[in-house]
Amino acid sequence: MKRVVKKHPLAIRWFHWINFPVIAVMIWSGLLIYWANDVYRLGWGDTTILKFFPDSFNKALNIPYRLAEGMSLHFFFMWLFAFNGFLYVLYLVFSKEWKLIFPNRRSLKEAWQVLLHDLHIKKGLPVQQKYNAAQRIAYTGVIIMGLLMLLTGLAIYKPTQLHFLCALLGGYEWARAEHFIITILFCVFFLVHILQVMLAGWNNFRAMVAGFEVLPDNKTAAVANETNEQPANNNNH
Amino acid sequence: MKQTNNRLTTTIIKMKTKEYFLSNAQVRNRTILAVTCLLLFFTACFFTWKWLNGQPKEQGALKPLRKVLDANESIFSTVLFSNSNLVKTYPKESAVQKVRVNGNYGLQSEFDPANWTLTLIKNPGDTLHISIDDIKKLPKTEIIFDFKCIEGWSQVTHWAGVRFSDFVKYYGLNEQAALQFTGLQTPDNEYYVGIDNKSMMHPQTILCYEMNGKPLPLNQGAPLRLIIPVKYGVKHLKRIGTIYFSSNRPPDYWYERGYDYYCGL
Repeated sequence: MKRVVKKHPLAIRWFHWINFPVIAVMIWSGLLIYWANDVYRLGWGDTTILKFFPDSFNKALNIPYRLAEGMSLHFFFMWLFAFNGFLYVLYLVFSKEWKLIFPNRRSLKEAWQVLLHDLHIKKGLPVQQKYNAAQRIAYTGVIIMGLLMLLTGLAIYKPTQLHFLCALLGGYEWARAEHFIITILFCVFFLVHILQVMLAGWNNFRAMVAGFEVLPDNKTAAVANETNEQPANNNNH
Repeated sequence: MKQTNNRLTTTIIKMKTKEYFLSNAQVRNRTILAVTCLLLFFTACFFTWKWLNGQPKEQGALKPLRKVLDANESIFSTVLFSNSNLVKTYPKESAVQKVRVNGNYGLQSEFDPANWTLTLIKNPGDTLHISIDDIKKLPKTEIIFDFKCIEGWSQVTHWAGVRFSDFVKYYGLNEQAALQFTGLQTPDNEYYVGIDNKSMMHPQTILCYEMNGKPLPLNQGAPLRLIIPVKYGVKHLKRIGTIYFSSNRPPDYWYERGYDYYCGL
Protein backbone atom coordinates (compact mmCIF):
# COMPACT_ATOMS: atom_id res chain seq x y z
CA MET A 1 0.00 0.00 0.00
CA LYS A 2 1.19 3.44 -0.92
CA ARG A 3 -0.21 6.70 0.32
CA VAL A 4 -0.52 8.92 -2.76
CA VAL A 5 -1.77 12.37 -3.55
CA LYS A 6 -3.20 13.74 -6.79
CA LYS A 7 -0.75 16.38 -7.88
CA HIS A 8 -1.16 17.47 -11.53
CA PRO A 9 -4.61 17.33 -13.15
CA LEU A 10 -4.74 15.55 -16.53
CA ALA A 11 -5.39 18.83 -18.39
CA ILE A 12 -2.28 20.47 -16.99
CA ARG A 13 -0.17 17.44 -17.91
CA TRP A 14 -1.44 17.64 -21.51
CA PHE A 15 -0.83 21.39 -21.74
CA HIS A 16 2.66 20.84 -20.35
CA TRP A 17 3.70 18.06 -22.70
CA ILE A 18 2.11 19.63 -25.80
CA ASN A 19 3.96 22.84 -25.02
CA PHE A 20 7.29 21.06 -25.14
CA PRO A 21 7.41 20.09 -28.87
CA VAL A 22 5.52 23.26 -29.87
CA ILE A 23 8.06 25.55 -28.19
CA ALA A 24 10.87 23.40 -29.59
CA VAL A 25 9.59 24.04 -33.15
CA MET A 26 9.02 27.74 -32.39
CA ILE A 27 12.61 28.13 -31.19
CA TRP A 28 14.00 26.11 -34.09
CA SER A 29 12.08 28.07 -36.72
CA GLY A 30 12.95 31.26 -34.83
CA LEU A 31 16.63 30.40 -35.26
CA LEU A 32 16.09 29.97 -39.02
CA ILE A 33 14.45 33.41 -39.16
CA TYR A 34 16.91 35.17 -36.86
CA TRP A 35 19.88 34.04 -38.95
CA ALA A 36 18.85 36.36 -41.81
CA ASN A 37 19.67 39.37 -39.61
CA ASP A 38 21.79 38.02 -36.75
CA VAL A 39 22.79 41.31 -35.16
CA TYR A 40 22.56 40.61 -31.43
CA ARG A 41 25.62 40.10 -29.27
CA LEU A 42 26.94 40.42 -25.73
CA GLY A 43 29.63 43.07 -25.53
CA TRP A 44 30.38 46.77 -25.77
CA GLY A 45 31.92 48.96 -28.48
CA ASP A 46 34.10 46.78 -30.66
CA THR A 47 34.41 44.10 -27.98
CA THR A 48 32.17 41.10 -28.41
CA ILE A 49 32.04 38.46 -25.70
CA LEU A 50 29.41 36.32 -27.34
CA LYS A 51 27.90 36.65 -30.80
CA PHE A 52 24.36 35.36 -31.29
CA PHE A 53 25.12 33.04 -32.81
CA PRO A 54 28.65 31.93 -33.60
CA ASP A 55 29.13 30.74 -37.20
CA SER A 56 30.12 27.31 -35.90
CA PHE A 57 26.75 27.02 -34.13
CA ASN A 58 24.84 27.98 -37.30
CA LYS A 59 26.88 25.61 -39.41
CA ALA A 60 26.58 22.70 -36.99
CA LEU A 61 22.77 23.00 -36.95
CA ASN A 62 22.50 23.72 -40.70
CA ILE A 63 20.69 27.00 -40.08
CA PRO A 64 21.85 29.31 -42.93
CA TYR A 65 19.60 30.23 -45.89
CA ARG A 66 16.38 28.76 -44.52
CA LEU A 67 14.47 31.99 -43.79
CA ALA A 68 11.40 31.10 -45.88
CA GLU A 69 11.14 27.66 -44.28
CA GLY A 70 11.55 29.20 -40.82
CA MET A 71 8.77 31.73 -41.42
CA SER A 72 6.34 29.15 -42.77
CA LEU A 73 6.91 26.95 -39.70
CA HIS A 74 6.80 29.84 -37.25
CA PHE A 75 3.51 31.21 -38.59
CA PHE A 76 1.86 27.81 -38.31
CA PHE A 77 3.12 26.72 -34.90
CA MET A 78 2.38 30.17 -33.46
CA TRP A 79 -1.28 29.16 -33.51
CA LEU A 80 -0.60 25.98 -31.54
CA PHE A 81 1.51 27.90 -29.03
CA ALA A 82 -1.17 30.58 -28.61
CA PHE A 83 -4.12 28.15 -28.34
CA ASN A 84 -2.34 25.82 -25.94
CA GLY A 85 -1.29 28.76 -23.77
CA PHE A 86 -4.73 30.34 -23.91
CA LEU A 87 -6.50 27.10 -22.90
CA TYR A 88 -3.93 26.54 -20.15
CA VAL A 89 -4.55 29.96 -18.60
CA LEU A 90 -8.33 29.48 -18.91
CA TYR A 91 -7.95 26.16 -17.14
CA LEU A 92 -5.87 27.71 -14.36
CA VAL A 93 -8.57 30.31 -13.78
CA PHE A 94 -11.61 28.02 -13.84
CA SER A 95 -10.09 25.10 -11.94
CA LYS A 96 -8.77 27.45 -9.25
CA GLU A 97 -5.34 25.96 -9.88
CA TRP A 98 -4.07 29.53 -10.14
CA LYS A 99 -4.25 29.72 -6.34
CA LEU A 100 -1.54 27.08 -6.20
CA ILE A 101 0.72 28.63 -8.81
CA PHE A 102 0.48 32.43 -8.54
CA PRO A 103 2.74 33.94 -5.87
CA ASN A 104 1.11 35.28 -2.71
CA ARG A 105 2.19 37.82 -0.10
CA ARG A 106 4.70 35.46 1.52
CA SER A 107 6.21 34.13 -1.70
CA LEU A 108 9.07 36.59 -2.09
CA LYS A 109 10.41 36.03 1.43
CA GLU A 110 9.87 32.28 1.22
CA ALA A 111 11.50 32.02 -2.19
CA TRP A 112 14.66 33.41 -0.64
CA GLN A 113 14.53 30.68 2.01
CA VAL A 114 14.00 28.06 -0.69
CA LEU A 115 16.99 29.39 -2.59
CA LEU A 116 19.21 29.27 0.53
CA HIS A 117 17.99 25.73 1.16
CA ASP A 118 18.62 24.57 -2.42
CA LEU A 119 22.13 26.02 -2.27
CA HIS A 120 22.71 24.07 0.98
CA ILE A 121 23.27 27.26 2.95
CA LYS A 122 20.32 26.79 5.32
CA LYS A 123 18.33 23.78 6.47
CA GLY A 124 14.55 23.61 6.67
CA LEU A 125 11.83 24.92 4.37
CA PRO A 126 8.67 26.92 4.92
CA VAL A 127 5.41 24.96 4.76
CA GLN A 128 4.28 24.74 1.15
CA GLN A 129 1.31 23.56 -0.87
CA LYS A 130 1.67 22.08 -4.36
CA TYR A 131 4.57 24.38 -5.23
CA ASN A 132 7.13 26.12 -3.08
CA ALA A 133 7.51 29.87 -3.27
CA ALA A 134 10.43 29.78 -5.71
CA GLN A 135 8.42 27.52 -8.02
CA ARG A 136 5.40 29.81 -7.81
CA ILE A 137 7.54 32.74 -8.92
CA ALA A 138 9.34 30.77 -11.64
CA TYR A 139 6.21 29.16 -13.11
CA THR A 140 4.18 32.36 -13.00
CA GLY A 141 7.15 34.12 -14.56
CA VAL A 142 7.23 31.66 -17.41
CA ILE A 143 3.49 32.15 -18.05
CA ILE A 144 4.13 35.90 -18.28
CA MET A 145 7.07 35.21 -20.58
CA GLY A 146 4.76 33.18 -22.80
CA LEU A 147 2.33 36.08 -22.97
CA LEU A 148 5.18 38.51 -23.75
CA MET A 149 6.42 36.14 -26.44
CA LEU A 150 2.98 36.29 -28.05
CA LEU A 151 2.74 40.10 -27.77
CA THR A 152 6.28 40.90 -28.98
CA GLY A 153 5.79 38.36 -31.75
CA LEU A 154 2.53 39.98 -32.87
CA ALA A 155 4.17 43.42 -32.71
CA ILE A 156 6.90 42.42 -35.18
CA TYR A 157 4.51 40.31 -37.29
CA LYS A 158 1.99 43.15 -37.86
CA PRO A 159 3.71 46.37 -36.69
CA THR A 160 1.41 48.60 -38.73
CA GLN A 161 -1.94 46.99 -38.07
CA LEU A 162 -0.99 46.63 -34.38
CA HIS A 163 0.88 49.93 -34.13
CA PHE A 164 -0.34 50.60 -30.58
CA LEU A 165 1.09 47.32 -29.38
CA CYS A 166 4.32 47.91 -31.28
CA ALA A 167 4.69 51.41 -29.81
CA LEU A 168 3.90 50.11 -26.31
CA LEU A 169 6.77 47.67 -26.59
CA GLY A 170 9.20 50.43 -27.58
CA GLY A 171 8.89 50.23 -31.36
CA TYR A 172 9.68 47.64 -34.02
CA GLU A 173 13.37 47.12 -33.32
CA TRP A 174 12.90 46.93 -29.56
CA ALA A 175 10.04 44.47 -29.96
CA ARG A 176 12.32 42.24 -32.06
CA ALA A 177 15.08 42.46 -29.44
CA GLU A 178 12.61 41.67 -26.65
CA HIS A 179 11.30 38.69 -28.61
CA PHE A 180 14.88 37.44 -28.86
CA ILE A 181 15.80 38.09 -25.21
CA ILE A 182 12.72 36.27 -23.92
CA THR A 183 13.60 33.32 -26.18
CA ILE A 184 17.01 33.17 -24.48
CA LEU A 185 15.28 33.38 -21.09
CA PHE A 186 13.02 30.48 -22.14
CA CYS A 187 16.13 28.43 -22.90
CA VAL A 188 17.64 29.35 -19.52
CA PHE A 189 14.37 28.40 -17.80
CA PHE A 190 14.39 25.10 -19.67
CA LEU A 191 17.92 24.24 -18.51
CA VAL A 192 17.23 25.14 -14.85
CA HIS A 193 13.90 23.30 -15.02
CA ILE A 194 15.54 20.13 -16.34
CA LEU A 195 18.26 20.34 -13.67
CA GLN A 196 15.71 20.83 -10.87
CA VAL A 197 13.53 17.99 -12.13
CA MET A 198 16.56 15.69 -12.19
CA LEU A 199 17.47 16.73 -8.64
CA ALA A 200 13.89 16.32 -7.39
CA GLY A 201 13.84 12.74 -8.62
CA TRP A 202 11.53 10.19 -10.17
CA ASN A 203 8.54 10.57 -7.86
CA ASN A 204 8.24 14.25 -8.73
CA PHE A 205 8.74 13.62 -12.46
CA ARG A 206 6.15 10.84 -12.48
CA ALA A 207 3.60 13.31 -11.08
CA MET A 208 3.81 15.29 -14.36
CA VAL A 209 3.31 12.05 -16.31
CA ALA A 210 0.88 9.97 -14.25
CA GLY A 211 -0.62 12.71 -12.11
CA PHE A 212 -0.05 11.27 -8.63
CA GLU A 213 2.84 11.51 -6.22
CA VAL A 214 3.65 8.85 -3.64
CA LEU A 215 3.87 10.36 -0.16
CA PRO A 216 6.43 9.29 2.43
CA ASP A 217 5.29 6.27 4.44
CA ASN A 218 3.94 7.99 7.54
CA LYS A 219 0.69 6.55 8.90
CA THR A 220 0.03 9.18 11.54
CA ALA A 221 0.42 11.94 9.01
CA ALA A 222 -2.16 10.28 6.78
CA VAL A 223 -4.87 10.70 9.37
CA ALA A 224 -3.73 13.97 10.84
CA ASN A 225 -3.15 15.78 7.58
CA GLU A 226 -6.65 16.75 6.56
CA THR A 227 -5.75 19.96 4.82
CA ASN A 228 -4.05 20.25 1.45
CA GLU A 229 -0.83 21.36 3.08
CA GLN A 230 1.99 18.97 2.70
CA PRO A 231 4.88 18.24 5.05
CA ALA A 232 7.64 20.80 4.86
CA ASN A 233 10.25 18.26 3.86
CA ASN A 234 8.38 17.40 0.68
CA ASN A 235 10.55 19.37 -1.68
CA ASN A 236 9.09 19.02 -5.15
CA HIS A 237 10.00 20.81 -8.31
CA MET B 1 -7.95 -6.70 9.74
CA LYS B 2 -5.23 -4.29 8.68
CA GLN B 3 -6.66 -4.20 5.13
CA THR B 4 -10.12 -3.21 6.34
CA ASN B 5 -8.62 -0.52 8.47
CA ASN B 6 -6.74 0.91 5.52
CA ARG B 7 -9.79 0.89 3.31
CA LEU B 8 -11.72 2.75 6.00
CA THR B 9 -8.97 5.35 6.27
CA THR B 10 -8.93 5.73 2.49
CA THR B 11 -12.63 6.57 2.39
CA ILE B 12 -12.34 9.13 5.14
CA ILE B 13 -9.31 10.80 3.59
CA LYS B 14 -10.78 10.78 0.07
CA MET B 15 -13.68 12.83 1.31
CA LYS B 16 -11.62 15.43 3.08
CA THR B 17 -8.37 15.62 1.08
CA LYS B 18 -6.92 14.49 -2.20
CA GLU B 19 -4.90 11.77 -0.50
CA TYR B 20 -5.69 8.14 -1.15
CA PHE B 21 -4.09 4.72 -1.15
CA LEU B 22 -2.94 2.59 -4.05
CA SER B 23 -1.52 -0.91 -3.90
CA ASN B 24 2.06 -1.30 -5.11
CA ALA B 25 0.69 -3.02 -8.23
CA GLN B 26 -1.66 -0.13 -8.93
CA VAL B 27 1.16 2.36 -8.58
CA ARG B 28 3.28 0.29 -10.98
CA ASN B 29 0.50 -0.22 -13.55
CA ARG B 30 -0.59 3.40 -13.58
CA THR B 31 3.00 4.52 -13.94
CA ILE B 32 3.60 2.16 -16.86
CA LEU B 33 0.38 3.25 -18.56
CA ALA B 34 1.13 6.94 -18.20
CA VAL B 35 4.75 6.65 -19.32
CA THR B 36 3.60 4.59 -22.33
CA CYS B 37 1.11 7.32 -23.26
CA LEU B 38 3.85 9.95 -23.03
CA LEU B 39 6.19 7.92 -25.21
CA LEU B 40 3.39 7.35 -27.73
CA PHE B 41 2.75 11.08 -27.77
CA PHE B 42 6.40 11.82 -28.51
CA THR B 43 6.47 9.13 -31.18
CA ALA B 44 3.39 10.71 -32.76
CA CYS B 45 5.10 14.12 -32.68
CA PHE B 46 8.18 12.66 -34.32
CA PHE B 47 6.22 11.01 -37.14
CA THR B 48 4.05 14.09 -37.66
CA TRP B 49 7.24 16.12 -38.07
CA LYS B 50 8.60 13.52 -40.50
CA TRP B 51 5.32 13.51 -42.40
CA LEU B 52 5.21 17.31 -42.57
CA ASN B 53 8.76 17.58 -43.92
CA GLY B 54 8.02 14.88 -46.49
CA GLN B 55 5.03 16.72 -47.96
CA PRO B 56 5.23 18.06 -51.52
CA LYS B 57 5.95 21.76 -51.94
CA GLU B 58 3.55 24.33 -53.27
CA GLN B 59 5.31 27.49 -54.49
CA GLY B 60 8.43 26.60 -52.56
CA ALA B 61 6.72 25.95 -49.22
CA LEU B 62 5.56 22.62 -47.78
CA LYS B 63 1.94 22.23 -48.82
CA PRO B 64 0.34 22.19 -45.35
CA LEU B 65 2.41 25.23 -44.32
CA ARG B 66 1.47 27.05 -47.54
CA LYS B 67 -2.20 26.46 -46.67
CA VAL B 68 -1.65 28.00 -43.24
CA LEU B 69 0.21 31.01 -44.71
CA ASP B 70 -2.75 31.60 -47.04
CA ALA B 71 -5.20 31.17 -44.15
CA ASN B 72 -3.18 33.67 -42.10
CA GLU B 73 -3.51 36.11 -45.00
CA SER B 74 -7.27 35.82 -45.10
CA ILE B 75 -7.46 36.27 -41.33
CA PHE B 76 -5.09 39.21 -40.94
CA SER B 77 -6.09 41.02 -44.15
CA THR B 78 -9.75 41.05 -43.08
CA VAL B 79 -9.64 41.18 -39.29
CA LEU B 80 -6.77 43.63 -38.87
CA PHE B 81 -6.08 45.52 -42.10
CA SER B 82 -7.51 48.99 -42.37
CA ASN B 83 -6.65 52.08 -44.40
CA SER B 84 -6.75 54.05 -41.18
CA ASN B 85 -3.92 51.97 -39.72
CA LEU B 86 -0.97 54.04 -40.82
CA VAL B 87 2.71 53.26 -40.71
CA LYS B 88 4.48 55.45 -38.15
CA THR B 89 6.14 58.43 -39.83
CA TYR B 90 9.26 60.29 -38.69
CA PRO B 91 10.71 63.80 -39.01
CA LYS B 92 13.10 64.35 -41.94
CA GLU B 93 16.17 64.42 -39.68
CA SER B 94 15.54 60.79 -38.66
CA ALA B 95 16.03 59.51 -42.22
CA VAL B 96 19.41 57.86 -42.88
CA GLN B 97 21.65 59.27 -45.62
CA LYS B 98 23.23 55.90 -46.46
CA VAL B 99 20.23 53.93 -47.61
CA ARG B 100 20.81 50.20 -47.67
CA VAL B 101 20.78 48.57 -51.11
CA ASN B 102 19.51 45.03 -50.91
CA GLY B 103 19.02 42.96 -54.04
CA ASN B 104 19.36 43.89 -57.69
CA TYR B 105 17.06 41.32 -59.27
CA GLY B 106 15.58 42.83 -62.41
CA LEU B 107 18.19 45.62 -62.45
CA GLN B 108 21.00 43.78 -64.22
CA SER B 109 19.84 44.12 -67.83
CA GLU B 110 20.98 46.99 -70.03
CA PHE B 111 18.77 49.98 -69.31
CA ASP B 112 18.50 53.57 -70.48
CA PRO B 113 16.32 55.65 -68.14
CA ALA B 114 15.96 58.33 -70.83
CA ASN B 115 13.96 55.93 -73.01
CA TRP B 116 11.81 54.67 -70.17
CA THR B 117 8.04 54.89 -70.05
CA LEU B 118 5.69 53.15 -67.66
CA THR B 119 3.59 50.50 -69.36
CA LEU B 120 0.13 50.53 -67.83
CA ILE B 121 -2.11 47.68 -68.97
CA LYS B 122 -5.62 48.92 -68.27
CA ASN B 123 -7.28 46.01 -70.00
CA PRO B 124 -5.98 43.39 -72.44
CA GLY B 125 -5.33 45.40 -75.63
CA ASP B 126 -5.70 48.75 -73.87
CA THR B 127 -2.19 49.82 -72.88
CA LEU B 128 -0.95 53.27 -71.87
CA HIS B 129 2.66 54.47 -71.96
CA ILE B 130 3.31 57.13 -69.37
CA SER B 131 6.45 59.24 -69.14
CA ILE B 132 8.14 60.13 -65.85
CA ASP B 133 7.33 63.82 -66.47
CA ASP B 134 3.62 63.01 -66.66
CA ILE B 135 3.88 61.12 -63.39
CA LYS B 136 5.71 64.02 -61.74
CA LYS B 137 2.82 66.34 -62.70
CA LEU B 138 0.54 64.45 -60.30
CA PRO B 139 0.30 65.55 -56.64
CA LYS B 140 3.48 64.69 -54.76
CA THR B 141 3.41 62.76 -51.49
CA GLU B 142 6.37 62.38 -49.14
CA ILE B 143 6.89 59.68 -46.58
CA ILE B 144 9.58 59.08 -43.98
CA PHE B 145 9.05 55.69 -42.39
CA ASP B 146 10.82 52.65 -41.00
CA PHE B 147 11.41 50.47 -44.08
CA LYS B 148 11.25 46.81 -43.02
CA CYS B 149 13.04 43.96 -44.74
CA ILE B 150 11.76 40.41 -44.50
CA GLU B 151 15.28 39.50 -43.30
CA GLY B 152 14.58 41.37 -40.08
CA TRP B 153 16.41 44.69 -40.40
CA SER B 154 14.75 48.06 -40.74
CA GLN B 155 15.82 51.58 -41.61
CA VAL B 156 14.13 54.98 -41.44
CA THR B 157 14.17 56.29 -45.00
CA HIS B 158 12.72 59.25 -46.88
CA TRP B 159 10.81 58.84 -50.17
CA ALA B 160 8.55 60.89 -52.42
CA GLY B 161 6.27 60.21 -55.36
CA VAL B 162 2.64 59.96 -56.30
CA ARG B 163 0.15 58.13 -54.14
CA PHE B 164 -1.00 55.04 -56.00
CA SER B 165 -4.61 55.92 -55.12
CA ASP B 166 -4.10 59.38 -56.71
CA PHE B 167 -2.59 57.72 -59.79
CA VAL B 168 -5.63 55.43 -60.01
CA LYS B 169 -7.98 58.39 -59.74
CA TYR B 170 -6.14 60.42 -62.39
CA TYR B 171 -5.92 57.61 -64.93
CA GLY B 172 -9.50 56.41 -64.29
CA LEU B 173 -8.54 52.98 -62.96
CA ASN B 174 -11.30 52.55 -60.38
CA GLU B 175 -12.67 49.51 -62.14
CA GLN B 176 -9.22 47.90 -62.27
CA ALA B 177 -8.46 48.74 -58.65
CA ALA B 178 -11.67 46.99 -57.70
CA LEU B 179 -10.12 43.72 -58.90
CA GLN B 180 -8.27 41.83 -56.22
CA PHE B 181 -4.66 42.27 -57.32
CA THR B 182 -2.12 44.51 -58.99
CA GLY B 183 0.92 42.99 -60.71
CA LEU B 184 4.20 44.84 -61.20
CA GLN B 185 7.29 43.77 -63.11
CA THR B 186 10.69 45.15 -64.07
CA PRO B 187 11.27 46.03 -67.77
CA ASP B 188 13.26 42.79 -68.25
CA ASN B 189 10.62 40.83 -66.25
CA GLU B 190 13.38 39.30 -64.11
CA TYR B 191 11.66 40.52 -60.95
CA TYR B 192 7.93 40.66 -60.42
CA VAL B 193 5.48 41.01 -57.54
CA GLY B 194 1.78 40.66 -56.96
CA ILE B 195 -0.01 42.76 -54.35
CA ASP B 196 -3.59 42.82 -53.08
CA ASN B 197 -5.35 46.03 -54.07
CA LYS B 198 -6.42 46.81 -50.53
CA SER B 199 -2.73 47.35 -49.77
CA MET B 200 -2.06 49.12 -53.10
CA MET B 201 -4.84 51.63 -52.34
CA HIS B 202 -3.54 52.27 -48.81
CA PRO B 203 -2.90 56.03 -48.46
CA GLN B 204 0.84 55.49 -47.83
CA THR B 205 1.50 53.44 -50.97
CA ILE B 206 3.37 55.54 -53.54
CA LEU B 207 4.92 55.26 -56.98
CA CYS B 208 8.23 56.75 -55.94
CA TYR B 209 10.74 58.86 -57.95
CA GLU B 210 12.65 60.63 -55.15
CA MET B 211 14.80 59.56 -52.23
CA ASN B 212 16.10 62.02 -49.61
CA GLY B 213 14.74 64.89 -51.71
CA LYS B 214 16.82 63.93 -54.79
CA PRO B 215 15.98 61.89 -57.89
CA LEU B 216 15.99 58.18 -57.15
CA PRO B 217 19.41 56.56 -57.83
CA LEU B 218 19.54 53.68 -60.33
CA ASN B 219 20.35 51.08 -57.65
CA GLN B 220 17.24 52.19 -55.76
CA GLY B 221 15.02 51.65 -58.79
CA ALA B 222 15.14 54.84 -60.91
CA PRO B 223 13.17 56.17 -62.61
CA LEU B 224 10.15 54.75 -60.75
CA ARG B 225 9.80 52.24 -57.92
CA LEU B 226 7.09 51.13 -55.56
CA ILE B 227 7.09 52.18 -51.90
CA ILE B 228 4.46 50.25 -49.98
CA PRO B 229 5.06 50.63 -46.22
CA VAL B 230 2.37 48.08 -45.27
CA LYS B 231 4.54 45.36 -46.86
CA TYR B 232 8.03 43.94 -46.43
CA GLY B 233 10.75 45.32 -48.70
CA VAL B 234 10.46 42.39 -51.14
CA LYS B 235 7.24 43.95 -52.47
CA HIS B 236 8.78 47.42 -53.01
CA LEU B 237 9.67 46.62 -56.63
CA LYS B 238 12.45 48.76 -58.13
CA ARG B 239 12.47 50.01 -61.74
CA ILE B 240 8.79 49.44 -62.53
CA GLY B 241 8.33 48.41 -66.16
CA THR B 242 4.72 47.28 -66.30
CA ILE B 243 1.69 47.62 -64.05
CA TYR B 244 -1.37 45.45 -64.64
CA PHE B 245 -4.46 44.28 -62.75
CA SER B 246 -5.88 40.84 -62.13
CA SER B 247 -8.48 38.96 -60.17
CA ASN B 248 -5.99 36.13 -59.60
CA ARG B 249 -2.65 36.26 -57.84
CA PRO B 250 -0.07 37.67 -60.28
CA PRO B 251 3.25 35.77 -60.24
CA ASP B 252 5.53 36.81 -57.41
CA TYR B 253 9.29 36.20 -57.30
CA TRP B 254 9.72 35.39 -53.61
CA TYR B 255 6.35 33.66 -53.32
CA GLU B 256 7.66 31.13 -55.82
CA ARG B 257 10.65 30.66 -53.51
CA GLY B 258 8.67 29.68 -50.44
CA TYR B 259 7.71 33.04 -48.92
CA ASP B 260 4.30 34.23 -47.86
CA TYR B 261 2.37 35.85 -50.73
CA TYR B 262 0.83 38.53 -48.56
CA CYS B 263 3.91 39.79 -46.66
CA GLY B 264 1.65 42.36 -44.96
CA LEU B 265 2.86 44.31 -41.96
